[in-house]
Amino acid sequence: MTDLLTKHSFVELGARQRTQALLDAGTYRELIDPFQRVMSPWLSRQGVVPQADDGVVIAKGSVEGLPVVIAAIEGNFQGGSLGEVGGAKIAGALELAAEDNRNGIPTRAVLLLETGGVRLQEANLGLAAIADIHAAIVDLRQYQPVIGVVAGSVGCFGGMSIAAGLCSYLVVTREARLGLNGPQVIEQEAGLDEYDSRDRPFIWSLTGGEQRFNSGLADRYVADDVAQIQQTVSALLLQGVPQQQRSRRAEFYLARLAELDATPQIEPATVRALYQGERP
Amino acid sequence: METLSFEFPAGQPPTGRALVGCVGSGDLEVLLEPGIAGTLTIQVQTSVNGAEQRWRHLFERIFQEQTPPALNIDIHDFGATPGVVRLRLEQGFEEIGHD
Amino acid sequence: MRGLQWFNALSAGATPVQGLPDSLKVADGQLNGQSVRFIAVVTDPNNRFPRARNGEVGLLEGWGLAKAVDEAIALGDKRPLIALVDVPSQAYGRREEALGIHQALAAAADSYARARLAGHPVIALLVGKAMSGAFLAHGYQANRLIALRDPGVMVHAMGKASAARVTLRSVEELEALAASVPPMAYDIDSYASLGLLWETLTVSQIEQPTADDVARVCDCLVHAIKDIHTPDLSGRLGAANRAASSHVRQLLREQW
Repeated sequence: MTDLLTKHSFVELGARQRTQALLDAGTYRELIDPFQRVMSPWLSRQGVVPQADDGVVIAKGSVEGLPVVIAAIEGNFQGGSLGEVGGAKIAGALELAAEDNRNGIPTRAVLLLETGGVRLQEANLGLAAIADIHAAIVDLRQYQPVIGVVAGSVGCFGGMSIAAGLCSYLVVTREARLGLNGPQVIEQEAGLDEYDSRDRPFIWSLTGGEQRFNSGLADRYVADDVAQIQQTVSALLLQGVPQQQRSRRAEFYLARLAELDATPQIEPATVRALYQGERP
Repeated sequence: METLSFEFPAGQPPTGRALVGCVGSGDLEVLLEPGIAGTLTIQVQTSVNGAEQRWRHLFERIFQEQTPPALNIDIHDFGATPGVVRLRLEQGFEEIGHD
Repeated sequence: MRGLQWFNALSAGATPVQGLPDSLKVADGQLNGQSVRFIAVVTDPNNRFPRARNGEVGLLEGWGLAKAVDEAIALGDKRPLIALVDVPSQAYGRREEALGIHQALAAAADSYARARLAGHPVIALLVGKAMSGAFLAHGYQANRLIALRDPGVMVHAMGKASAARVTLRSVEELEALAASVPPMAYDIDSYASLGLLWETLTVSQIEQPTADDVARVCDCLVHAIKDIHTPDLSGRLGAANRAASSHVRQLLREQW
């Protein structure tokens, strides 16, 4: 019972509040704030109402005194999908963080990933922006860890799941999902037998935060609680780059996949054993 | 999608500005900024067409109760009910420190 | 099959690289006297993963691309990497999602990006489809993007049928929108208007390139390699249809 009284849900917060919650008190400073009205050039002409910040919050501040920039995607706007402006906000912030480091300023980055990937109303500009984001993560990672947080309820899909895979550390909750393709698209492309997009337990069993953590595809598994997530992110920012960057472990994963009998359909337990099981 | 404009008599401009809400389905985003004393202007960009009168009546009811501060209000609406619109406006006024 | 045709044509006489999945074609050849590595993703009807048999970029392809590029980096000569792009999509399947295809594609993007940052000229030659996650993994980290002009060469985030379903429109409505919203269009000329391509080329026989076609493309590749002066993607900014991308970066810098 005490838990219910003292826990504050991170998942229920919007992007701006999540960002504020992670930064040291009084240090939050938003860049290109919504009052500057830098919005999508492409939505109105399609009859889609834009949002003043294009669904992305960029804020600088400090965490435990360290300079940090946070990029947070608002999952409630167009499913957190990235368009030209939102994508440029994230890529540009990461690019400037890398530049900071080249000039001796140890700026780190945190990405709050609540996104379905590319905003289809901006298709190729969204996709190009995501490629820019990938490039900028790899660049910044030369100097500082890049922390990704997938909390839910939208989760992290599409091209931004690749961005999650590029992060130095990934923090997930039980509510989170992390996958390349949305369930409906897989069902559409591969059929109901392959993937039932309405079977929630099935989807979470394969792509949910707990499964990803237990498969070694995420680094921290935390409760949906603001304080715990803030402490986890802070600790990771202090840690420096990981000894083994998961996206650089091709030999390991190719070897494990070679051991897999891919004939039967896959089960969650198989994945956990394959990736996390001990080897002689 | 429609863009609508409204103007109402108002008092003095507030000192602060506020942003409430989000352009989610059934929701709206409201930006409230200080305007010219005596006038409240509202721009509404909405996904629902043909509702100009309903917006006008809703605003008239809200501002009948109390003269609003002089603001420029921008609304980005994605099909919110009048109840949700009122809620967001009230949140906005509270954040601005309207009394 | 264009990826394979162009790989064979460009890498004739090159030394195949062993130890990679059958769905990858990798060879070390020469361009204008310089050692280069050619990389293509091709169909593999015997792929152990049934959803990745038609040229899709799946698990083995993602991690395999990373390995192929990492090995090129380890050679130490900063040789150019030529990505031949003809990829219809990422692989869609239960095995893929369960085993973390997103992480496999991240590995490929990681390696290509690191190669570029380390000073390897990375060129992507689009000879067919360059779709969504597959393109993000194989080609989109290149310094220079070159496309052949042909209706079969297209860049997009999602196929038309799926995109229509997801956005709750008909395919016809989507096509009509694409006519006035360049980033939504599927044709290569609309894509070119976004300023992301360094060059577009017309060849006489895209499916089975002639000697002239190959010579023209090689020439373009050589010029592209020489044109690279920075290890970043800033060359993609500047087109009118991408003005907001530059404007945002300028504002961020001013407010930083």
